[in-house]
Amino acid sequence: MEEALLLARAQFGLNIAFHILFPTITIGLAWLLVVFRIRYERTRDPAWLGTYKLWVKVFALTFAMGVVTGIVMSFQFGTNWPGYMNKVGNVAGPLLAYEVLTAFFLEATFLGVMLFGMNKVSGRMHVASAIIVASGTTVSAFWILALNSWMQTPAGHVFDNGVLIAGSWLEVIFNPSFPYRLAHMLLASGITASFVVAGLSAWRLLKAPNDPSALKTLRFGVHIAAVLVPLQVIVGDLHGLNTLKHQPAKIAALEALWKTERGAPLTLFGFPNEKEKRTDYAIMIPKGASLILAHDADAELKGLDAFKDHPPVAPVFWSFRIMVGMGVLMLLLAWSGSLILRKRTPRWLLWAFAGFTFSGWVATLAGWMVTEIGRQPWLVTGILRTADAVGEASGAELGASLTGYVLTYGALLISYMVVLTHLSGKGSQ
Amino acid sequence: MIDLPIVFTVLMGAAILAYVVLDGYDLGVGMLMPAAGRDEQNRMVASIGPFWDANETWLVLGIGLLLVAFPAAHGEILGALYLPVAAMLVGLMLRGVAFELRIKAEGWHRELWNWLFCAGSYLAAFSQGLMLGRYILGFEPGFGGWIFSALVGVSLCGGYMLLGATWLVLRTEGELRDKSAFWARWGLGWVALAVALVSLATPFASETVRERWFDFPRTLGLMLLPLATLGAGCWVWLTLDKSDWKPFAGAVAIYVLAFAGLAYSLFPYVVMDSLTIWDAAAHPSALTFMLVGTLIVLPFIIGYTFYAYRVFSGKVRGGGPYG
Repeated sequence: MEEALLLARAQFGLNIAFHILFPTITIGLAWLLVVFRIRYERTRDPAWLGTYKLWVKVFALTFAMGVVTGIVMSFQFGTNWPGYMNKVGNVAGPLLAYEVLTAFFLEATFLGVMLFGMNKVSGRMHVASAIIVASGTTVSAFWILALNSWMQTPAGHVFDNGVLIAGSWLEVIFNPSFPYRLAHMLLASGITASFVVAGLSAWRLLKAPNDPSALKTLRFGVHIAAVLVPLQVIVGDLHGLNTLKHQPAKIAALEALWKTERGAPLTLFGFPNEKEKRTDYAIMIPKGASLILAHDADAELKGLDAFKDHPPVAPVFWSFRIMVGMGVLMLLLAWSGSLILRKRTPRWLLWAFAGFTFSGWVATLAGWMVTEIGRQPWLVTGILRTADAVGEASGAELGASLTGYVLTYGALLISYMVVLTHLSGKGSQ
Repeated sequence: MIDLPIVFTVLMGAAILAYVVLDGYDLGVGMLMPAAGRDEQNRMVASIGPFWDANETWLVLGIGLLLVAFPAAHGEILGALYLPVAAMLVGLMLRGVAFELRIKAEGWHRELWNWLFCAGSYLAAFSQGLMLGRYILGFEPGFGGWIFSALVGVSLCGGYMLLGATWLVLRTEGELRDKSAFWARWGLGWVALAVALVSLATPFASETVRERWFDFPRTLGLMLLPLATLGAGCWVWLTLDKSDWKPFAGAVAIYVLAFAGLAYSLFPYVVMDSLTIWDAAAHPSALTFMLVGTLIVLPFIIGYTFYAYRVFSGKVRGGGPYG
């Protein structure tokens, strides 16, 4: 049982982590494509058309990866977590159904028009298709984050003879953490996409230093990132405060606050030691945590000792530091990049952006680790434990399919990244 | 008061039928790839390019409705079908990604993706048939059940090939169209043999099905269904050389009739012999909320799907991967 739970979680975690890579790019990239396409419509400059055609290829490939891995998800809800639908299906189900109905068909159908319809529909209709696809990706994020946020901070549900149902759909959807989480994820997607655009354009410039459209898209990506990353810092802070209010155990884990105390120190670095309930080799700022989280140096913060159930400390602690560390690097690079690129394009900077092409993935995945592992041992906070939702698939079945998935995903990811670099290396001509 | 589980059974059935027909033709095209020349392969892929994403979405809707409207059945069905489902998913992934990657690849890379595109299509089709076979028998354990399921899997491959070939008759011209007509005849023969075998085997394999179908005098009325299927098959055969759209319409009719027969065999079970749609249904509050959304959104989906098919109607010509 223990083993099956671990494998079921590993498998689902692998699938969902692999899946989220691609929507994270497409949600943001879809809107960048709208900009490229409208600029071409306005200026009739073939450079913008070339840019659009290059990036729509990247989009199509990324979207396809998102679709196929998303289908896996729709099955695994049932195969890996039957207890989930049994317990909260009356709330979770309709949110998923609305995502399919209002977003998936829209995106998939108009993506066809976007990709293959340039010479078959009017320019205006083609621009409209790009806008519809972009809206579809955002609507999709809306529903899936409504569901995820509800699992984190459930609200609006009632019990009818012991069966959990929605009392108020508005309260279910607009649950306490939803606005923060949605804004955080949409920004993450915008940042990830702009770093992909900047990174692949930089890669092109390293090979063809005089490609004017690659320089255009490099600057474009860098400027968008320079605006979005600081916004993300603000939204992230607000999201953290919201989490402190509604899921204090998650905050205690990510700050490695073992004991409840006034004027709690901020641990910058260290090795959480779950057995001894302390952080080894910790570098701390006195009263730092109280100051950051409660905006008062002497405020009392609840430590892990105050909670009967709390998430494992080390993975949450580390993921949070990876996310924040990556964010800081991205901020520095985006800002210094937008200053330097006004006048020059030094090769070291191009290498730096090329190296940071997929930096958004690292930060986003780390962020999802924080929030998802941080919710443990609950699947739905206070309502359903992860261990109570696991299916009956045997360890052998899980192991066999997990191996299949790992091999497939590894091959797909490598192919994806190779093709992306290859495409961008050729440029838009 | 409307019977919500019935409404959702109809919706789910419609979504799955839409999936089987729509993704069926593009999986079929993938399966036929090795039989075609290089230039023909590009046109074949171009004929399904604008549609395959949306076609696959019907699977998500069908499975989504099962998950959402009949949560108890979703866990039981997908749990019992764990490995075939995983195999189908790997097949669909290979197929979908290969579709995008083959466009961008050159030389032997393209050959490799072509091959994976075809292999993924076969794997997905066969696994779906396997799932259907297991499902009809209520996941009965034992060797005989698996043989029966493998038979259904092979049949479905033939069925998708028929759909794919008639789709190509509709969408291509010249030599490729004639080749497709030839493939369609093979596909039709395969389907005829398979449908006959499966129809004969099913009543032996499942007592419930036997009682449903062999109950005089009801049987006489029910015989209209196989007769109509036979008629549709003949229609495909006879129109292949004369018309571009009639063979595809006939192939779709075969699917609709087979689906009707299947629905009749199963109803009102959602898990054969153990769980009815009323036992498995979600709470009325959830079903009502979804029904409202479905009734508002579905007409739009159907509307813009028709729009997309109109934009991309007519014969596929050569040209670049993204037109």
